[in-house]
Amino acid sequence: MNRINKKLQEEQKMLSIYFTAGYPEPEDTVSIIQDLEKNGVDFIEIGLPFSDPLADGPTIQESSTKALKSGMTTNKLFEQLKGIRDSVEIPLVIMGYFNPILQYGVEKFCKKCAETGIDGLIIPDLPVDVYNEEYKSIFEENGLQNIFLITPQTSEERIRFIDSVSNGFIYMVSTASVTGSTSGFSEETRDYFKRISAMKLENPQIVGFGISDEETFNQATEFAKGAIIGSAFIKHLNANGKDNIADFVKNIRPV
Amino acid sequence: MSYQANEKGYYGDFGGAFIPEMLYPNVEELRSQYLDIMKEESFQKEFKDLLRDYVGRPTPLYYAERFSKKYGTKIYLKREDLCHTGAHKVNNTVGQILMAKRLGKDRIIAETGAGQHGVATATVCALMGIECIVYMGEVDIERQAPNVARMKMLGAKIVPAKSGSRTLKDATNEAIRDWINNPIDTHYIIGSVVGPHPYPDMVARFQAVISEEIKVQLKEKENRENPDYVVACVGGGSNAAGIYFHYLDNPEVGIIAVEAAGKGIQSGESAATSALGKEGIIHGSKTLLMQTEDGQITEPYSISAGLDYPGVGPMHANLFRSGRGEFISITDKAAMDAGQELAKLEGIIPAIETSHALAIFEDRKFKEDDVVVINLSGRGDKDLSTYIDYFDL
Ligand SMILES: Cc1ncc(COP(=O)(O)O)c(C=O)c1O
Repeated sequence: MNRINKKLQEEQKMLSIYFTAGYPEPEDTVSIIQDLEKNGVDFIEIGLPFSDPLADGPTIQESSTKALKSGMTTNKLFEQLKGIRDSVEIPLVIMGYFNPILQYGVEKFCKKCAETGIDGLIIPDLPVDVYNEEYKSIFEENGLQNIFLITPQTSEERIRFIDSVSNGFIYMVSTASVTGSTSGFSEETRDYFKRISAMKLENPQIVGFGISDEETFNQATEFAKGAIIGSAFIKHLNANGKDNIADFVKNIRPV
Repeated sequence: MSYQANEKGYYGDFGGAFIPEMLYPNVEELRSQYLDIMKEESFQKEFKDLLRDYVGRPTPLYYAERFSKKYGTKIYLKREDLCHTGAHKVNNTVGQILMAKRLGKDRIIAETGAGQHGVATATVCALMGIECIVYMGEVDIERQAPNVARMKMLGAKIVPAKSGSRTLKDATNEAIRDWINNPIDTHYIIGSVVGPHPYPDMVARFQAVISEEIKVQLKEKENRENPDYVVACVGGGSNAAGIYFHYLDNPEVGIIAVEAAGKGIQSGESAATSALGKEGIIHGSKTLLMQTEDGQITEPYSISAGLDYPGVGPMHANLFRSGRGEFISITDKAAMDAGQELAKLEGIIPAIETSHALAIFEDRKFKEDDVVVINLSGRGDKDLSTYIDYFDL
């Protein structure tokens, strides 16, 4: 069984953290992953930096730009991650835009992910229909789950379709926004959480975008299986460096 | 095989809609309605009336006698420079503002590089009394002060794009992010035949009026509808798409696309996408684009801000790959000289973008009785300071 599915069977609400590979420093990738696991994080999303991250707000954009400037590449990421499964057990997902993956070669990229022990991919600008027609078999051959997004504007019919082609979890974008742009959830957003929960989808949902602290984490996971934190973690790294990850995690989910 | 978009928005291998799910409802709303709306009689009437009474169409098809003589062939200029606001860009913004109204949108966003599309968008928003927000790279805001002032005077709000390289591609990213944040009330007026389906096809259809008019005008002047060649500069490719549109599937008409070589194709400072680009995804479209080995999008260079885009519309990527189009690249210097030459021979100061198309005749020879129509996409007023610096005027 894929590590993602196994993890999702556990009782607790999932805390997933996103960070940009090669940030703050190019060689920080592995130590950040190890630290996050050590502090009880359930999932990690490793951001593959891109020059033009359309779905991201300023915090993640800037971290990508910086990582690229200091020499991060797709090859370098795979070199860094080599042997990661000797020390890390939790599910690892790569989140990246499609163009760098296309240039690397989708098949080669997926093979490399499988070799490295990556469990899934989130590619926001690879549409479901293109994935289904052209790439699904490659992902499956390499044991990779492709995670799709839904938003408050996604129609019920399309959510059902996305549910039917997913086999890990559904990434539920909290509000119509890019990453990092909200503070607190509105009544409307919580209604959306309820509405999706009531659909009783096959795949568990993990909420992302706009989660920054214990309160938003709890609101998001009241109905969903887990939540993903990105920009707030990058901000934490900016302010405190990478030696204080324990505090950050404790502030979200006190033990 | 047709060189037009198929119903999924593909031109051969290129096009499509590679967009995050957050944009799907916005794009799908437009995609599912644009053709029907454009077909409505009331839409067509309003569009044509505005093009005639507000934009000043049809623009003349002018036989450039002295320019023709110099190069030993028959050269016609399609005078898009005489459109209101000084370039072809307004054909598209008039069409899209009417589209936005039909879709019930009351907030318009746009990206701009040199500011021409921003001005054309601010203009139609003023005309319709609709809120207008223009994203423009911080670097471009500094370089294009007169157009920034024009947009402000027209009532638009300018938002500086501060991410990445702070130029056109980043302004486009910011506009897309705005659209993600405002999915209900906002229409995004893209300025060229780029972006996710249906934009390339929709913008091409709005610009198609250019070749539609040429057919009628050439019939009057030469007793034939089809020239031997149509020529245009290509940034994203909207003025080119407009002049090619009704000739795309007519093999008798040669298609010539002119890109900006900047300081030379191998100089590292160029915007010649067909020569330097590889297949990839930019702004939701699969097309040719300039990028690193690692798939990071690179910053192009051209003396003309309007050609300074790292990609090219999917229609043109397909024209290039299929061999249907002949692609020529022109350096800064050759373009500037051609602009100067047209001014002296014909009394027309072209936009520097357009000057690239005018520069092909030094190396590309035509037969004496060939009829070559060049899209004179814009006038040079906006470029005066660049011409002044360059020629020490
Ligand atoms: C006069 C003129 N011509 C051409 C262009 C390039 O755009 P496109 O390739 O979409 O026609 C511009 C863009 O600003 C322009 O202002």
